Amino acid sequence: MKKITKRFPGVLALNDVSLTLKAGEVHALLGENGAGKSTLIKVLGGIYIAEEGEIYIEGQKVTIDGVKAAQENGIAIIHQELVLVPHMTVAENIFLGREPMSGHFVNSKKMTEDAQQLLDAYHMNIKADMLVGKLTIAQQQMVEIVKAISFNSKILVMDEPTSSISDKEVEFLFATMRNLTAKGVGIIYISHKMSELEQICDRVTVMRDGEYVGTKVVKETNKDELIAMMVGRELTNYYTRDFLEPGEVVLQCSHISDGHMAKDASFEVRKGEIVGFAGLVGAGRSEVMKCIFGLTKGYKGEIYIDGKKVEIKSPIDAMKYGIALVPEDRKQEALYKIQSVRYNSTIEVLGSFIKGIFVDNAKEEEITQRYIDMLSTKTPTQDQLVGNLSGGNQQKVVIGRWLATDPRILILDEPTRGVDVGAKSEIYAIMNELVKKGMSIIMISSELPEIINMSDRIYVMNEGNITGCLDRHEVSQESIMKLAAN
Amino acid sequence: MEKNKTLASLQKYAMIIALIIVVAFFYWKTGGKILLPQNINNLISQNAYVFILATGMLLCILTGGNIDLSVGSVVCFAGGVGASLMDKGVNTWVAVLAMLGIGLLVGIWHGFWIAYVKVPPFIATLAGMYAFRGLSNVVLGGMTVSIDDETFINVFGGGANCYVPDLIGNSETFNMTCMVAGIVAVVLFIGLQMKSRINSKRRGYETEAFTGVLVKMIIISAVILWAAFKLSNYKGIPTALIWILLVLLIYGYVTTKTRMGRYLYAVGGNEKATRLSGINTKSVYFFAYVNMGLLAALAGILTVARATSAQPTYGQGYEMDAIGACFIGGASAYGGIGTVPGVVVGAILMGVINQGMSIMGMDANYQKVVKGLVLLIAVIFDVVTKKEKK
Repeated sequence: MKKITKRFPGVLALNDVSLTLKAGEVHALLGENGAGKSTLIKVLGGIYIAEEGEIYIEGQKVTIDGVKAAQENGIAIIHQELVLVPHMTVAENIFLGREPMSGHFVNSKKMTEDAQQLLDAYHMNIKADMLVGKLTIAQQQMVEIVKAISFNSKILVMDEPTSSISDKEVEFLFATMRNLTAKGVGIIYISHKMSELEQICDRVTVMRDGEYVGTKVVKETNKDELIAMMVGRELTNYYTRDFLEPGEVVLQCSHISDGHMAKDASFEVRKGEIVGFAGLVGAGRSEVMKCIFGLTKGYKGEIYIDGKKVEIKSPIDAMKYGIALVPEDRKQEALYKIQSVRYNSTIEVLGSFIKGIFVDNAKEEEITQRYIDMLSTKTPTQDQLVGNLSGGNQQKVVIGRWLATDPRILILDEPTRGVDVGAKSEIYAIMNELVKKGMSIIMISSELPEIINMSDRIYVMNEGNITGCLDRHEVSQESIMKLAAN
Repeated sequence: MEKNKTLASLQKYAMIIALIIVVAFFYWKTGGKILLPQNINNLISQNAYVFILATGMLLCILTGGNIDLSVGSVVCFAGGVGASLMDKGVNTWVAVLAMLGIGLLVGIWHGFWIAYVKVPPFIATLAGMYAFRGLSNVVLGGMTVSIDDETFINVFGGGANCYVPDLIGNSETFNMTCMVAGIVAVVLFIGLQMKSRINSKRRGYETEAFTGVLVKMIIISAVILWAAFKLSNYKGIPTALIWILLVLLIYGYVTTKTRMGRYLYAVGGNEKATRLSGINTKSVYFFAYVNMGLLAALAGILTVARATSAQPTYGQGYEMDAIGACFIGGASAYGGIGTVPGVVVGAILMGVINQGMSIMGMDANYQKVVKGLVLLIAVIFDVVTKKEKK
């Protein structure tokens, strides 16, 4: 791709960006949210048409003016949100729109066999006649990859494929990717996770604000240099954390179980402490927190606040005891995208400015502004629709919303997922400030460096049970993984 | 950027512009008849049910594009029960309470199935649409029951005396009370607008360009004064208008200023997030449908009062008028977006089209075709402008 330029009304989304992908390499595309990675990929995939620039494949200039044209040129894109039909079988999904026919009818037998052959060729333990809806996220991703390969694609684009799968599944994904590159497929790989670069990528191109910053060979660069390229400045203290002596126990939970994903979790949290929860996806971390926040009906186990046993049956009870939960999936579980920053900031505390039928608008604005300032959320006005903010700022709005309830115990479930590097660092600094003021934070995170650098103690979960608790002095990626994988 | 701004404000006022065009069109086609005082009066009285039902429907639609198909049947059922009771000599106010009570019960019935048993609203209210139409027939014995309770007819806007009496003036041809009420309304409106503007300015808040606000205020004030003048030249304020205004003011306040109002938008905007916030989402759905039942009963009262009778066929197609007014007025078919002022514009547009086509003497069947197309165009406009934004 040479000198690609794409304009949106009022924004120059891509300015003169070039990218060269070699056959058989994994080429990482790095950049903060809004850097233009997705736009570039969409130009390649024919979803957007660039105003300027040219695309060459194997030396030949090609015109990609639609998704069909991209497919014909051997380009396949695996989007972050999987686009499979859940009520159809794996084989039907793979051959959707180009089913093998016998006469006027779909030859389902041949279709299933062909699909199975493809799946087996990549050692995927998936049956072609299973319904896609019954597969795990990671398995669905594999189906997407097989589907992409079945087009005889030469260029495969993967947009954050590891954001919702566990480490074990990541290993398998990487193995599959190596398999593909060995056959000469070039892969463009978008990810926020730096640690994955060394494992899988050969070269890396960094973008910032819609512009091309540079391309490096992964082996010849390091994390700090790449981050500096992404944010345009040196991030000297990426993690901010002053470790102080924690106070007395504020929350103690024993034998929490929802009878399904969470089996037996006992732990305690002290005043002024950040407690990390590590584990693979599906280990039951979020489910334990949902019990404590009163979202799961009929869970078992006991919860003590300040040493006193309490009954938490609904989020209202939990809030009464000063617990707040910032959920994992911002878009699905927290944001009202079509509403303003103000609406989103105050939805938990309506009672503080709406008394009966009287509304104190000034108070509402004051509350909103307080948390905009405190978290340095970047928004033009309080009336801005939250859907128009960047991921990092959306996350800050959600955190602010829960801080407004004045919690003593703040549960953050994957607080930096889909948040760019700069905002991540800011969120860490905010967490540090909060615990210094005496708040207690429970942080669930699948990013090991983050959880290791921020937590006083780390509980590790595996298949619904807590398998260990590591002090920050004795913690390492290996010790966590050992407990997490068992 | 400048171009974007014009485009944005064009979208914002698109329905008002559409309204002006439609009015101009019918003015031309009916030789000006549509703006005669009597027709302005009829526009309000005949379409009172649209305003009332659309307001209730808005609350349902806000919770996630959920509609209530039963309102037409409930209008007929509540009206039928009231007419039968009054026919048997029951006291006016007992009958009115009975009608509202029936509306509440119907709302609770629908609300229970929808909110607590998770029956899709479309199905639950479709069942209600059949059931309550059937019950109306049973109550009325399949016949027309006429109403001769004078108090009821006058208070709810039927017959010849359904106007607020002229308390100030004594002219036969010009109703002074009506004109004064119009002027008071304009003064209040301007006062409130200025107050909120000064308030936001004082708090260092970004405000709309003053010229824009001024133009908006002048246009709205002019329309109010003009309508008041027209009505004064006829028989004054129709009592139905009082009921409409009451409902619009109450629900304008409920949707924007109360907790339940915000929860309606929250549930429609992101139901899962609302549940995770500890808000009882079931009670929000329940509220929307109970409220719809109540307003359907009020619309039933106004409908039978205006006709001074109840018939088993009353209210047919009312649900479509209400749903149409909401979508034309900018409510989103996915929920979470929509306002009471928007519904007012939508309902007036529906009313003008109804009225204009009737005056033109257009075949009732073609009227339906036109209304269907208008609804489709409104939703297409909504969908397309949203796509552009993405």
